[in-house]
Amino acid sequence: MKILYFAWLRAKTGTASEEVSLPPEVTTVGALMEWLAASRPGFAEALAAPGVIRAAVNQDYAQPADPVRPGDEVAFFPPVTGG
Amino acid sequence: MIKVQRHTFDIGAELAALSAGRTDIGALASFVGLVRAHAGEPITAITLEHYPGMTEKKLAEIEAEAHARWPLQASLIVHRFGRMLPGEPIVLVATASAHRAAALASCAFLIDWLKTQAPFWKLEETAQASRWVEARSADDEAAARWQR
Repeated sequence: MKILYFAWLRAKTGTASEEVSLPPEVTTVGALMEWLAASRPGFAEALAAPGVIRAAVNQDYAQPADPVRPGDEVAFFPPVTGG
Repeated sequence: MIKVQRHTFDIGAELAALSAGRTDIGALASFVGLVRAHAGEPITAITLEHYPGMTEKKLAEIEAEAHARWPLQASLIVHRFGRMLPGEPIVLVATASAHRAAALASCAFLIDWLKTQAPFWKLEETAQASRWVEARSADDEAAARWQR
């Protein structure tokens, strides 16, 4: 699975993208966030502010309960500020 | 039409191209967003980061939604990424219709939705430091008025 980070979340995690192999119990966006936070202090810190981090699965906005599968492209980022 | 690009654009040329050779367009509405040098703390530059792929996908969805809601003959979204200076254009939204009401309303819809849906992030540079711009609740409220 490919994980992407944008804006200040990229700075906090220290990486723009990484490849991860999911343990079988990680089947949702929410579970993936908890799993990533367990080994990435910067990501855990960002998650501490509830409701701030947005997620996308295969380039569509996703909620914590939405499923993730091996091979998906999952992105995490702060609220968008374009325009 | 969607254009996501690093280089700047000519506002007049983009608008002229949208209606060139057409005689069915009676109204062309546009919005241009520019880099502002803030009054309080001066901004020396901004950098727009985006999510390549998802950006184009979301903009196309937003544009399709506008065409589903209003009778539009043409539309255009140009959004830049990368570093730009105060005074430079960031985004252009334009809509063309037979009459002004549809053109004006759909243009407002496009920029309101774009601001809350398209994956772009602004980094502001001042003389001292760089900081990520925080999302504004006013933008959410502006987008919410178009909810169905």
